[in-house]
Amino acid sequence: MSTGKSGLYYTYGSENRLFKEKVEELSGENIDLCFQCGACSSGCPLTTEMDLLPSTVIRYAQLGIDEVLESKTIWLCSTCFNCEVRCPRGIDIANVMEALRQMVLRTKYDKVSLDDLTPEELRELPQVALVSTFRKLTA
Amino acid sequence: MDEKEFNMVTIYVMGKKHRVPDDLTIMKAMEYAGHQFRRGAGCRGGFCGACATIFRKKGSYKLQGALACQKIVEDGMYIAQIPFSPAEKKAYDMDELRPNANTFLEYYPEIARCLSCNTCTKACPQDIKVMDYVQAALRGDVEETAKLSFDCLSCGLCAVRCPAEIVPYNVGQLARRLYKKYVVGPTDHVLKRVEEVDAGTFDDGIDELKGLEKNPLQDRYEKREKRL
Amino acid sequence: MKLAYYPGCTLKTTAKNFDSSTVAVAKVMGVELVEPSRWNCCGTVHALVKDDVMHYLAPIRNLVRVEEMNAEGTVEDKQVVTQCAMCYNTLKRANTVANADPEKMGKIRDIMEKEPEYSGSVDVVHFLEMLKKEGWEKVAGFVKKPLEGLKVVPYYGCLLLRPREFGIDDPDSPSIMEDLLRSLGAEIVDIPFKAKCCGAYHTVYSKEVTADLSHRILEQALEAGADIVSTACPLCQYNLGDRQKTIAEIFRDFEPIPVVYYTQLMALAFGLEEEATGLDQNYPDPRPVLEEKGLV
Repeated sequence: MSTGKSGLYYTYGSENRLFKEKVEELSGENIDLCFQCGACSSGCPLTTEMDLLPSTVIRYAQLGIDEVLESKTIWLCSTCFNCEVRCPRGIDIANVMEALRQMVLRTKYDKVSLDDLTPEELRELPQVALVSTFRKLTA
Repeated sequence: MDEKEFNMVTIYVMGKKHRVPDDLTIMKAMEYAGHQFRRGAGCRGGFCGACATIFRKKGSYKLQGALACQKIVEDGMYIAQIPFSPAEKKAYDMDELRPNANTFLEYYPEIARCLSCNTCTKACPQDIKVMDYVQAALRGDVEETAKLSFDCLSCGLCAVRCPAEIVPYNVGQLARRLYKKYVVGPTDHVLKRVEEVDAGTFDDGIDELKGLEKNPLQDRYEKREKRL
Repeated sequence: MKLAYYPGCTLKTTAKNFDSSTVAVAKVMGVELVEPSRWNCCGTVHALVKDDVMHYLAPIRNLVRVEEMNAEGTVEDKQVVTQCAMCYNTLKRANTVANADPEKMGKIRDIMEKEPEYSGSVDVVHFLEMLKKEGWEKVAGFVKKPLEGLKVVPYYGCLLLRPREFGIDDPDSPSIMEDLLRSLGAEIVDIPFKAKCCGAYHTVYSKEVTADLSHRILEQALEAGADIVSTACPLCQYNLGDRQKTIAEIFRDFEPIPVVYYTQLMALAFGLEEEATGLDQNYPDPRPVLEEKGLV
């Protein structure tokens, strides 16, 4: 059973209980409440680019499948909280996404490298864009 | 020398224990203990930033920063030196730069990662408000950054400690350069002196000094006009 | 009336027109906005993971500054007004955690050391909330040049309304910006995507994603016959406005539409000069459309 980016976590069978516990601990959300209604996915503006839908990501987390850490979805989330507003069970899916991102970032992984930004871009971009990008996507 | 004439304290240099007089600076104490400085010593006057040192005192969790040539030893100090901190100073052409916020971001985009944690300020041996000047640079306030970072020696302690991997002293240096060139502008007395030099006002005097022997020259030096 | 004002780093640099129009408009309404003597970047976005402590330092420090202003008597009111929607969200959420979680606040206090203690007394308020409290009739009373005939799309973005707990209005059917624009005499153009994400920080390294999202929003605005879009956040402004260059490259038949901050429209309606409205700093240039409507 591959452990992908969550290499630090103990795996047994196809369910990684420790992974699920860590997600719940970091996000503070009770992901067992999700009954897969899909309201979050229908409201999410980024789904066209995603490989897994937000509701699928929650399902993976519920089942302890840590391969979800390798999906594109968690990085495409723009933390717009549309999902949080729509969820009938009060789960903040954006929080869960952040927890998954942090689990990867904390393994010294940078999603964005400052070195890749060109001087032209740096001259134009507003501070808020740079501050929030580095906050969310660098280790 | 009789040890009993001095009050001695215990310090640990790179883990090795030494007994040294308590009124010495870290640098002198290390030399007293037998270390020879090949790196990490410069002006010995608190001005060049070469002797950046970190230490902990026995019984305290606090990690502190100091200049070895200035800080007096204390009992129980655990010392290590940081003679060099790896930092890339970006190459820029001052003539092409403009004094605005995105100039700082263009060369040092990592300032956008500043957490306002103040670790840099705590590490600074010059009591500079480092976090404040990095934040001023992020806001594009060239004047504030230049003024706050004025006493900086580029010793590197802030850069080594920063969790966002910023090198504050490079940012401060860029700000001071921008401030002088674009905000303050050229200074009259410098321009006037350059004019005088070009006009040859000092040529005769310099030729005379070049022609002197060692003793008269030394005499002239010692009797020079001292203005404080 | 004097109020503490937190501009945020972007309003001091790439979004100066937002800052200048806000301060000018507040002045007309009799509110003096006072910045703390030293403040730092709010460190947007809010730290969502539960074990995070470091990322609270930046916003809490700013709240301490406001408390210092109260203590010194520079400003009596315990509110701090912000404009940038991202700063608003970050400060408000940090404030809520500071008040609700004493254990975490203890850790934050330990790390901050030499700062005065934050007692949790500050109220983080968005400029629009302040205007609503003043009353729309009062705002309308200051209007010298009503924005008649100007069809405006009120674009909210995300963090002004969401998460539900911290939004300034109902995220499903907000009306606060519409109320404001109506009091200025403008005509409202409602689009379904008025509160849909513009792509936010994806603009830094995946600008095609942002261009796509912003394009969808702007297409709706154009189809509904709007003249102009009004925003409340410098990142939305950048994505909907400045990014139109990228949008035009990807979608060949895209027609540009001007995007301005709502305070710029207020400044215009209040009859203020170019220095306050800052319309020359917007991309695309809104002045041709405004001239056409006889508003400039």
